[in-house]
Amino acid sequence: MSFPWLTVIAAVPLAGAVAVALLPSGRSLLAKQVALGVSLVPLVLTVVMSLKFDSGSAAAFQFTENHDWIPQFGVSYALGVDGIGLVLIALTTVLTPVCLLASWRDAEEGRRSAKAYFALMLLLEAAMIGVFAATDVFLFYVLFEAMLIPMYFIIGAYGGAQRSYAAVKFLLYSLFGGLLMLAAVIGLFVVSKGGDHAFLLQNLVGTHFSPSTERLLFLGFFAAFAIKAPLWPLHTWLPDAAAEAPPGGAVLLVGVMDKVGTFGMIRLCLPLFPDASKWAAPVVITLAVIGILYGALLAIAQTDLKRLIAYTSISHFGFITLGIFAMTTQAQSGSTLYMVNHGFSTAALFLIAGFLISRRGSRAIDDFGGVQRVAPMLAGTFLVAGLSSLALPGLSSFVSEFLVLVGTFTRYEVAAVVATAGIILASLYILLMYQRTMTGEPTEETSKLTDLTPREAWVVAPLLAVIIALGFYPKPVLDVINPAVARTMHQVGQHDPAPSAEGVGK
Amino acid sequence: MGTLLAAQSHQAAGASGVFSLTWLLVALPMLGAAVLLLGGRRTDRFGHLLGAALPGAAFVVGVIEFIALLGRDGSDRALSQHLFSWVPAGGFQVDVGLLVDPLSMCFVLLITGVGTLIHVYSIGYMEHDPDRRRFFGYLNLFVAAMLLLVLADSYLTLYVGWEGVGLASYLLIGFWSYNPAYAAAAKKAFVANRVGDFGLSVAIMIMFAQLGTVSFQGVFAGAGHLSEGVATAMGLMLLLGACGKSAQFPLQSWLGDAMAGPTPVSALIHAATMVTAGVYLVVRSAPIFELAPNAQLVVVIVGAVTLIFGAIVGCAKDDIKKALAASTMSQIGYMMLAAGLGPVGYVFAIFHLLTHGFFKAGLFLGAGSVMHGMNDQVDMRRFGGLATVMKVTWITFGLGWLAIIGFPGLSGFWSKDKIIEAAFVGDGWRPWVFGLAALIGAGVTAFYMTRVFLLTFHGKRRWSEDVHPHESPLVMTVPLMILAVGSAFLGLLLGPTGALKTWLEPVTGVPGDESTALPLWSLTVLTVVLVVAGAGLAWSMYLREEVPVTAPRGSWLTRAARVDLYQDALNESLLMRPGQYLTRSLVYADNRGIDGAVNGLAALIGGTSGRFRRLQTGFVRSYALSMFGGAALVVGAMLLVRL
Repeated sequence: MSFPWLTVIAAVPLAGAVAVALLPSGRSLLAKQVALGVSLVPLVLTVVMSLKFDSGSAAAFQFTENHDWIPQFGVSYALGVDGIGLVLIALTTVLTPVCLLASWRDAEEGRRSAKAYFALMLLLEAAMIGVFAATDVFLFYVLFEAMLIPMYFIIGAYGGAQRSYAAVKFLLYSLFGGLLMLAAVIGLFVVSKGGDHAFLLQNLVGTHFSPSTERLLFLGFFAAFAIKAPLWPLHTWLPDAAAEAPPGGAVLLVGVMDKVGTFGMIRLCLPLFPDASKWAAPVVITLAVIGILYGALLAIAQTDLKRLIAYTSISHFGFITLGIFAMTTQAQSGSTLYMVNHGFSTAALFLIAGFLISRRGSRAIDDFGGVQRVAPMLAGTFLVAGLSSLALPGLSSFVSEFLVLVGTFTRYEVAAVVATAGIILASLYILLMYQRTMTGEPTEETSKLTDLTPREAWVVAPLLAVIIALGFYPKPVLDVINPAVARTMHQVGQHDPAPSAEGVGK
Repeated sequence: MGTLLAAQSHQAAGASGVFSLTWLLVALPMLGAAVLLLGGRRTDRFGHLLGAALPGAAFVVGVIEFIALLGRDGSDRALSQHLFSWVPAGGFQVDVGLLVDPLSMCFVLLITGVGTLIHVYSIGYMEHDPDRRRFFGYLNLFVAAMLLLVLADSYLTLYVGWEGVGLASYLLIGFWSYNPAYAAAAKKAFVANRVGDFGLSVAIMIMFAQLGTVSFQGVFAGAGHLSEGVATAMGLMLLLGACGKSAQFPLQSWLGDAMAGPTPVSALIHAATMVTAGVYLVVRSAPIFELAPNAQLVVVIVGAVTLIFGAIVGCAKDDIKKALAASTMSQIGYMMLAAGLGPVGYVFAIFHLLTHGFFKAGLFLGAGSVMHGMNDQVDMRRFGGLATVMKVTWITFGLGWLAIIGFPGLSGFWSKDKIIEAAFVGDGWRPWVFGLAALIGAGVTAFYMTRVFLLTFHGKRRWSEDVHPHESPLVMTVPLMILAVGSAFLGLLLGPTGALKTWLEPVTGVPGDESTALPLWSLTVLTVVLVVAGAGLAWSMYLREEVPVTAPRGSWLTRAARVDLYQDALNESLLMRPGQYLTRSLVYADNRGIDGAVNGLAALIGGTSGRFRRLQTGFVRSYALSMFGGAALVVGAMLLVRL
């Protein structure tokens, strides 16, 4: 039997979480060091696994594992990755150590101990890796719900002033979505062929449903994912949760966990319910385009730094969802790449904003100003992160955003053109934020702010390096993603529209 | 048209020999930017020298390649260098590649040549700025992005350079961003450019959807298959991009504010190179515009409107840099107009772009030299009589002034007159409208530039008490002299000899022999008469008469021109205020509406459960009662069903 890569990658942080939690209290520095050390293991393993990944393989999933779990219901413990899962696992394992290092001092204000915070972060990492690796629908559902628990505590125990409200809102919203998904999972079991490994993805793909059944099942799954992603108008939990969560938690929440929503659309909705997906596409695309503009417009008017970043993410999730449901190769490759790029650029924004906020003791944008004069490195890195968020060519987000737009345009011209207006709004929300916080003369309070510490610089440097590298050379990631996208397109039965000028290519 | 399509869709030869160095053109200044921006304070000591040396090295590479191009056959002067596969996604395959051809070579020499001079000048101009190293880092970043823009072999790679120069422009306008007004100006420039970039993005999307490619070669080869409507849409979207970058009507409002940047920036980015990128885009996309006469007409209209707009604004500005900025806008209007005329105008658009690059860079650097000696004052009403104390600046600025107004024999005379002649080509109403606009513009140009020159260097000294004007150091005046020589003779070298026309023919095609609505000699005479009249009017108003230190109220037109013909007021009332209102009301709606509905639902459920909770009273007797009631119901129901 081959080495169970995925189980090990998920199990290491899980074991690490237990180990950290069991450390004697009072040894918080040791707990942090252990947690950071543990989080580097999955990162290294993921790198090795990525090198062994064969992007030319004909198999749907690689590094597969398959064991019976609840044979009575056909539930198996089945893991495996395609290119999409792989890059999202890589995103998770890169961001977790970065967030842990960034959170070195954040946990100390919480009601619970620092070691519990670090243990929860590792637990969250384990659950998220599991979701991205699950190839059994039931296992996916279980891990999907399991992610909520550590995140609930991270927000509720270590968050800002409104943390309880935000945590409960987050939990209720998510549970509501999860409930709909559970109903759909049960429904799927009832109408599927049943038998051994009934929940296995490859056994479910191609199942024939009656149109109304397919639509209902699709809606059950889609609602859960649309809440998680979040799609307009199901987004209102996100600004509260992201603004109240500690910066490291906010990154894992918005940067990774929300990706489970869009990942779920690609992994489950499209392959399992192709006709229903096509049926729903016009509505989903409309909502996504509304979300792009709506999130951007709200970001422009925010007065709270973290809420602003949260609203930019709502706009970006609009792009990702748009690309998924445009159902062209370019748009879906773009969406998948967008998930990765958005993870890094949002991480950089949230973490640097967190450094700013912890220095000033306020999230209000009006409390800043003139920071560039006293902390040029902090300001400079913040600007680069912001430019990535507004999709400046040369930085990573541009490639993904443009692929989504150009891929959407070939099928839905109007939607693509309206969505393109988002790039104007993006320049406004980022540059207004930079102008208000960083430019001008320093005020009495901001003149005391210090520049990045070496630890903080180590947090920011890898993120910016990835952002620039993937901006100029996204090919390695695209090469991994493209075969998986082609497979999804085949499962949905969609083809890219041919160039429409008459006689071209003939 | 046929020749033109054939010219640009022709397969470019692979780059070998000296042409394999093409990537260095972009890489050298990029290296400078990386070292200076990442190296931090450690590079303070030598940053300015490195920053000036690398564009210089790129210039040397450019000259070597230019000479090599000259040695090749006219039809064999397009060489492409493939660098790497950038965005592979199904049918969408974009590789990063560079294309050296006669058109891009013109820009390479202009950008690296004038760019290097401006870098050298900046060593002196920015000497006392604590952030001089950062300044050079940004300038190098600009040069790299600008070279990528003109060397790109596909629209998407061009777009990288396109937004890259926008970023450099943003960083440099806001270089002194501790001044809130400067920070706002930087943002304004970027956002206005983004509006244009929206157009460029959509144009690229149309290309891919229609033709399945975004490379120059592929698009131009397939252009013949486009319907006229699609070509028009593509052309208009490209034009929108060009308007943003080149500050053309209606996206012109950012350029005046962009003067917040240090003066060398105004010279390099906001006069000589970046703002002319829109003209490059239109000329490069000639095969598309040739298929869309309506889009071409809009290009001409935009150019004509902008050239008059800029000229009017230029007459009323007292800030020397803003007067020059208005003039830049107006001159680019000329280029745009020429670019919209088709093959008859392309060469002259590029010709004027090159000569303008020289004389306007020289004028701006001259203005910088004046500011250097006048404690950074910019109000021309506070200048006067500087000719005697700043001789080099006076003479070099004077040559630039004569060049721009089209003094016979100097650069502007050759390039601008050709545009006026081209605007008179054709029949019907067009030559009369556009030709007359170009002709009148020439007269107004002579007026406002003479005004700038006289207010600054002649007449009474109107200096404020504390200034002691002096000539600038050699590191600043030598670039001025070189640019002045270029301003004077470049036109003579390229124009009447036909050198540029022959050089560009492979890209811009051969115009047919077309007659002008008025005889050529009469156009030349008319132009000279108008120029003399404009300059004479300025002379009588600003040299013969006393110039008041505070500006008189002026006519309604003067007042309107001072505030840029109300463009900011218009933008504010049409876009900004409604935008603010919209975003604020959306925030309200999001909190009260969508989130309110969610919270309301939560409250409803909470309230309902609260009511249900009261049923759980804890009294056994009430539970017994409800059990009895329930049992009775069940029994009743069963009986009913039986019956």
